[in-house]
This record gives sequence, structure tokens and C-alpha cells, in this order.
Amino acid sequence: MPRIDYKLIEDLVPEGATVLDLACGDGQLLAELVREKHVRGSGVEISQAAVEACVSKGLSVFHGDLDEGLADFQDGSHDVVVLSLSLQQLRRPRMIVSEMTRVGRLAIVSFPNFAHWAVRAQLFFLGRMPVSKEIPYQWWDTPNIHLCAIRDFRKLCREEGLCIEHEVYLRSLDAPPPRRQIAPDLMARIAIFAVTRC
Amino acid sequence: MPAGFGDDVGSAGIVRTKHVTFDQPGRTLSLEGGGELWPVTIAYETYGTLSKTRDNAIMVFHALSGDAHAAGRRSTNDKRAGWWDIVIGPGKALDTDRYFVISANVIGGCSGSTGPSSIDPATGKPYGTRFPIITIADMVEAHLLLLDHLGIDKLLAAVGGSMGGMQVLEMAVSHPDRLHLVVALATAARQPTQAIAFNEVGRQAIMADPDWRDGHYYGGKPPSKGLAVARMVGHITYLSDEAMQEKFGRRLQDIQQYTFTFDADFEVESYLRHQGLAFTNRFDANTYLYITRALDYFDLSRRHGSLVSAFREVKSRFLVLSFSSDWLHPPYQLKEIVSALRATHKHVSYYEVSSRYGHDAFLLEREKMEGVIGAFLASGARSFAP
Repeated sequence: MPRIDYKLIEDLVPEGATVLDLACGDGQLLAELVREKHVRGSGVEISQAAVEACVSKGLSVFHGDLDEGLADFQDGSHDVVVLSLSLQQLRRPRMIVSEMTRVGRLAIVSFPNFAHWAVRAQLFFLGRMPVSKEIPYQWWDTPNIHLCAIRDFRKLCREEGLCIEHEVYLRSLDAPPPRRQIAPDLMARIAIFAVTRC
Repeated sequence: MPAGFGDDVGSAGIVRTKHVTFDQPGRTLSLEGGGELWPVTIAYETYGTLSKTRDNAIMVFHALSGDAHAAGRRSTNDKRAGWWDIVIGPGKALDTDRYFVISANVIGGCSGSTGPSSIDPATGKPYGTRFPIITIADMVEAHLLLLDHLGIDKLLAAVGGSMGGMQVLEMAVSHPDRLHLVVALATAARQPTQAIAFNEVGRQAIMADPDWRDGHYYGGKPPSKGLAVARMVGHITYLSDEAMQEKFGRRLQDIQQYTFTFDADFEVESYLRHQGLAFTNRFDANTYLYITRALDYFDLSRRHGSLVSAFREVKSRFLVLSFSSDWLHPPYQLKEIVSALRATHKHVSYYEVSSRYGHDAFLLEREKMEGVIGAFLASGARSFAP
């Protein structure tokens, strides 16, 4: 089944755009973007096995570490730069968001919302670090080192001088977003932001 | 046995080096530095079978000291397989059950192709230093003569490491319609300063040998001492600090105490002396001069103003591989190629192999590179129609 968040990201990408997908994994989103939106896509990925998977799919991929920034990429070289559900795993998330808007005209960032009610409830009622479908790790082996909430991301955008072009909230990875977004801070499990440098 | 290649990984078998001579009157090979070379003999080997539609040809390009013998063995009791036997053969990354692999000795070489030790038809004697200066681009032109001879208009892939990588980049730039895929390993788009410097030391060692006699030593004693020193210096640049430390440490060679002489007390000295000597048995000193010169002159950006413009017209898909401990061609030099290609949105993938073996890693790290190379060739083959 196609992933809803991928579909929503695709909707934000213009036809035929040049797209850079950061932490592209095995290239599933990138392959969909090439197929559906005829983009000129390439990815950045740190895992050797995932790079190989991308190459198998005929994708263009750069084996690199996002924590070292995007120095190998020129200013404004892409229409869109995507970072799907990986912001929270980076050592310097603020630097990457800033770099994304340098390299691309539009930056699309999705992340699990740490202020979702179920997360809050686990902390409040159980008094334990939350574990959910979106954040499936135990505290001692989680790659998620920089979790944030929707309000946190908005604040980051303000401080970085970024304008929010679109924001989409998902209550589940399996169901399309509700038509009316009620209290996304509390209700959204996944947030997708499309931002540009103001 | 690495994952994914099962039990059917094998050898290219018993192979034979073939020779073809291009000597048609009225034709010639015009050289980048002016002058020409004719006739031209190319020594080559092939592995696997060319398909009816000629859509499975892969050419492998060797490095400074390589030759046409890239895979398989020359006889049943041949102890050494070809120089890239780890990736060429049935079930290997360059799978000879699927692909037709061609490997040829460069011009200027000394392993069957026309070089300074060949007979100059004008004098009836070996060329020596009357041999014209050749470049990486000239090597590619000579290889294209072979491809024409074999009836291959367009390669599925050109694959090469180090100097071989320079040739595949050159071919992609100067003949964009003749290759679909490029795999460049441990190389650079322009010979780096430090590599020129080491080559110069090697050349000086050869030319300082009294037996060199301005390059006209054929029939007499060759400048083996100079060539051995050149090889020793070169060999150091192919290793890494860590690899040398691990392989030799400060261990002594067959002795318990220092001899307090200039003998080869240390294992590393003994090893280098052996490498240098062994090299003189199979390699020609003049070829070393000519080929290192070709390397030093290589700079794709020079002819086109910049690397980005050099790559502007390329049509191939690229896979660029670097090796983490390679200090002759460190990863940044490979990334430079990738960045220049990406500037005009060419299809390029970059992969850094984590290795301790230095520059030589591209000849050794089979398991770490075969997966990505195999995947790149297989996915590229799907989109190829010559």
C-alpha cells in the first residue's frame, strides 16, 4: 500500500522538478516521485545497504552523512529538497533545515509530532518515555535524538527566517488527513511542512 | 563467500591475450600532443560472450602498472589470476555469464600494445624515447580502434580504477555516444599535485640510472635500479599508514637484532625491495615514464574551461566510488567529479567504500564494492539499447 505521507509530499512537488531527497533510505519516495511526478530526483543516504538498494532501482544517490551538512550541494541547485521523517535523527537539525532552504527553493520536512496526545499521555499517566508506531524505539536504543513538536518547528522556522508555504497534518500513516485540522498540536501524529526562505 | 553471489561464483577460466594490429595505409592515430602513432597494436582479452544485439559489452580499463590480463588464468597451473579477477567472472560483479567483458593494454604500455619498446617502423629499432608523448585521451582513442574492430558501437559500461578511471571519464566526455554507463573508482578528473610530485620522483629515479641512456637501452642492460626505486615510491602511495603499520609494523626481516648496516633490516624495506625488483621483470622503464606523463597531463577541466562544462554533454549514467583511506585519490577528488556532474543534473551515484587498504583498495575490497557495482550494471542494463 502506498504511504499516505509520501502521497502528500508528492502533492507538494511540482511536475518535472529537480528533487533532492535527504536520508532517502531505499529510495521508495524518490522512485514514486520519478514515476508520478517525472522529477529529476537524487538522494542522500548514509547506509551502504540503502545506497545499494537505490542504485538497484536505477536512482541517483549520494553516499553521505547529513550531520556533515550539504557542502557538496550548490546554492539553489534544486527545486525541492525533502527530508522525510528523519529530522529527529540528525545531530544538527537546525543546520540541516537551513541548508535545505539554501540548496532548494522549497524544503519539505516531515516529522513525528512529539506533542501528540498519546505521547503526552504516556509521559503523564505512565511516567515513561513514549513508544508509539511513529516513535517505535525504547529510550536506550532510539536513533531519535531531536524529537520536536509542531509548535517547536514553527518556532524554528520563525527564528531561521523561513516562511511556511504549506502544512499538512496526519493522524495516522494509514489514513488520509482529516478535511478539517482540529488542534493539530494535540491530534497530529505526523506533520509535513513545506517552507521557503522568506 | 559474499552474500548474494551464491556458490556459482567462479573464474573466467583459462584465457589468452589476443593482439590486433591496425596498419591500414592512409590511416593514423593522431595524438593530442601533436604527432601520430601508426601502426598501432592492441593487446586485449575478452571474457564471456557478446550478445546478438551487442548490448552487453563492458570495457575494463587498467591502471598504471596493469595490462590486458584482467581475469582468469593463463594456464591450469598459473598461480596468479588477472589483476581484477575479484570482480570479473561468472557470478561476480562483472558477471561473464551476462556480460561480454573486454580488457586491453593501453598504448605506451609494455604488455603487448604499441609502446616505447615496440619497433619503430621508421628505423626498424625500438622507439625508446622517440616514442611520441601520449595522453589519457590518446589511450581512449586507441581503445576505440579495438571497439570498432570488435563491432561494438556502444558499450553497456566502461569501468576503471585509478588511471583506468581517468580513461572512462575521458571517454564519457569525448565520446558520449559510445557508452551507457560509467563506473569510475579511486580516480580524479585531474591529476592531483601530490600525484604529479610522486610521479616526478619516479621518473627522476629512472632517468638518473646510468643504464637508462636517454631511453635507448633496448638490447642492453635496462635501468632496473631506477625503475625499482620508482616502483617502491609508487607502491607506498598505494598503501595506507594503517595498512603498512598492520602488515609490517617495525618487525625485522629474518633477524633478531639490528645489523647496524644499510641492509634491509625491516620487513617493510625487504618488501619494497622485493616489489621493486619483481616489477623490473615485467615492466619497461620507458613505459613508466610515458604513462606517468600521461597521468600528469590529465585534466578534464583544462580543455573545457571547467569541470562542469567538460561534463555538460555527457550522456552516461555514472557510478563513482571512493575508498576512505585512499590518500592518492582521497574521497574529495571523487566528490569533485560528482559535484561537477550534478551541477547539470547528470545521473550520478556516489559511494564511499570504508577500507583500510589505501589506494589499492579498489583491487582488494571485493565484498564491499561488488554489490553496488553489480546493482548499477544490472539496473543500467535494463535501460540500454545500443
